[in-house]
Amino acid sequence: MMELGWWGVLVAVAGGAVRVSTPYLFVSLGETLTEKSGRVNLGLEGTLVLGAMSAYGVAHLSGSPWLGVLVAGVAGAAFGLVHGAVCSLARVNDIAMGIALFLLGTGLAFYLGKPFIEPVAPRLPHLAFGAWSDSPPVRAALDVSPLFVAGAVLAPALRWALGNTKWGLVVRTVGDNSDAAKALGWPVSLVRTLATMAGGFLAGVGGSFLSLHYPGTWNEALSSGQGLMAIALVIFARWDPVACFYASLLFGGATALGPALQSVGVTTNYYLYGAAPYVLTLGLLVYSSSTKHTLVGAPSELTISR
Amino acid sequence: MTKRFGTLLALDDVSLTLAPGSFHAILGQNGAGKSTLVKCIMGYHRPDAGRLLVDGRDHAVVNPREAHARGFGMVYQHFTLVPSMSAAENLILGRADLPAVIRWDEERARIEEFRRRMPFTLDLDRPVAGLAAGEKQKLEILKQLFLGRCVLILDEPTSVLTPDEADQVLGLMRDLTAERRLSVVVITHKFREALAFAREVTVLRAGRRVGGGPVASLSRQDLVRMMLGSATLAEPATRVARPGQAVALELEALTAENDKGLVAVRDASVAVRAGEIVGVAGVSGNGQRELVEVLAGQREPESGAIRVRGEPYGRTRAEMRRHGIFVLTEEPLHSACVRGMSVAENLAFRTFDEPANTRGGWLVSRRALRRQARALIDAYGITTQGPDARLETLSGGNVQRTVLARELSGEVSVLIAQNPCAGLDVAATVEIRNRMVAARNAGAAVLLLSEDLDELLELADRIVVMFEGRFVYETPRDGADLHTIGHHMASHA
Repeated sequence: MMELGWWGVLVAVAGGAVRVSTPYLFVSLGETLTEKSGRVNLGLEGTLVLGAMSAYGVAHLSGSPWLGVLVAGVAGAAFGLVHGAVCSLARVNDIAMGIALFLLGTGLAFYLGKPFIEPVAPRLPHLAFGAWSDSPPVRAALDVSPLFVAGAVLAPALRWALGNTKWGLVVRTVGDNSDAAKALGWPVSLVRTLATMAGGFLAGVGGSFLSLHYPGTWNEALSSGQGLMAIALVIFARWDPVACFYASLLFGGATALGPALQSVGVTTNYYLYGAAPYVLTLGLLVYSSSTKHTLVGAPSELTISR
Repeated sequence: MTKRFGTLLALDDVSLTLAPGSFHAILGQNGAGKSTLVKCIMGYHRPDAGRLLVDGRDHAVVNPREAHARGFGMVYQHFTLVPSMSAAENLILGRADLPAVIRWDEERARIEEFRRRMPFTLDLDRPVAGLAAGEKQKLEILKQLFLGRCVLILDEPTSVLTPDEADQVLGLMRDLTAERRLSVVVITHKFREALAFAREVTVLRAGRRVGGGPVASLSRQDLVRMMLGSATLAEPATRVARPGQAVALELEALTAENDKGLVAVRDASVAVRAGEIVGVAGVSGNGQRELVEVLAGQREPESGAIRVRGEPYGRTRAEMRRHGIFVLTEEPLHSACVRGMSVAENLAFRTFDEPANTRGGWLVSRRALRRQARALIDAYGITTQGPDARLETLSGGNVQRTVLARELSGEVSVLIAQNPCAGLDVAATVEIRNRMVAARNAGAAVLLLSEDLDELLELADRIVVMFEGRFVYETPRDGADLHTIGHHMASHA
């Protein structure tokens, strides 16, 4: 591995970006859809962990990893339904509800997931785009999960759908001016609940990637806040699905920095490099905020005081 | 039709007939029931009694969708456009048969074809957030026409337009009704519009139909009498001539940005003398709000200087108090009040820490605040359950009075006011205008930003026009020409 030297770091970071970015990508796409409808679902970290657990459990019990992915998505959608339905009641704050579901999701996953920490579940297949290369690091970097490919296709598809389909326009209207949506006769709460469910489905699928592809096991420290960072990433990406894709790659690369440096022998400050994505989150939020200006592209119905 | 809200009888047995191709104005003061009536027609409210007949047949319109299907469309006072979407996206949004996948090439061709038949043009690709209020209003109307409505209800359509734009929009409505392509109902409180454009009028007062008929048979005096009933208006205040006073408020090359980081106020310079009202005319969205926010200390200017009585003004509470600077911002409930606090507390924002209102120099005395509040409630005629009522329980007009009481009761030497009478009825408007003139006569320098040109022509000693953040034109009131001002409001001349 040493023969690549510092190039190796770059290859490993690039490969890590592709590998690690998938959960960020799914959660941020889901959150973008939810926020476009005018609600914030902070519970996606809980959904992510629950998705990881349920995917692992179902894959282990049924022997089919794809069934695990599906069940993870359904579990996420169910959580989205709870969030959406409760927030449709008068004077329920979506942020408080999100935090409650975040804690419930992780707690539930830890409780139900206890029996699955030991057993081994079948993993998702990968697409070996690096088969042409003799270099193991290059091959490792190009071992791509089909879920990543699905996410990479989904990002532009979601952007297209928001601009070119009836449902896209309905979601954006509801998220930008609920009075206009009501005047047009569209059911605001229902649209938001459906958008939250779809967002939850995507976050659940993102969780299945964690337990069934990379790192590919189930334990309680699996997510370490990726669901929360993905929500920050949506703001950084200005609610644009394609920008979410690039931002996810950036975050994935930052997460892969520590292991990559370790691979070339830089082992000091390992934990400091491990903090890179968190520092990046903080830095980007400071950079993209302003005391004087409101965010461009923010759906106007998003508010913390509902 | 009859509609009750709790114990309030908002609409009392009102009947209205709209013939095809007619242009009908509903005239009335605030709270007269105009909006309630049309909301019952559009299916937002269920009337408690009464019927809606369309083409002679009974129609229970239960929701707006159904009203749309019958060809009823409404243009609201508060725009229902989606700000982040382009004009074209907004146009097709209301289609009942919006396809699952939108073929933009086909839609565009249809919009293009439709636009050629319309008398005004609009850039379809710009996001609505970037359009001026007048353009938004036109887009709203365009949208309704595009959707093929045959009955169009306009709620105070000209409140945000320049006189020229208002004439253009109402003229278009008149032409379309004359061609029998459309029936139009306009809600307004402006006599001029009702008399000049509509063919029939219905006057509402306190939920009742008090008069109406063909416009040709009615005079302005008739309408005023019907609308106000026995209530009498206060006489307009007389202004005392106060020439040659010292400059009290001076702005020099002031520049400020809006929330999006775009320059909203550009190199604005103006000097207001003591005992003078300088009126700032302009269509909303040309930097007025940002200018007021800078002066109120709510927004940081990018560059430029503000001086009060020759001293630099840093917009701190201490300076405001020392110089007697008061501000009436637009939408006071949003920007100058705390909804959840009591009327007494809201009235005391400027004075709660003064010795008269404190015990031992730092403990706020509730009793003193209540006493102060009771005096102001009486003096300004605020209708409230009492000083301890939460501010959000007050009606819009009474919130305005509360802020006015707070901002005008001190020793006013500089007053900055933006649209102080917006949304108020005729009686309250006269009262507030008189109070501003009284402040001027007492030696205050007043900077009055207003979208209502009649208001400026009545009150201001000088008028400047604000367009795209700049002061582009200045004229003394004597000899000011409405159309020259309107022209400058709409473009660089």
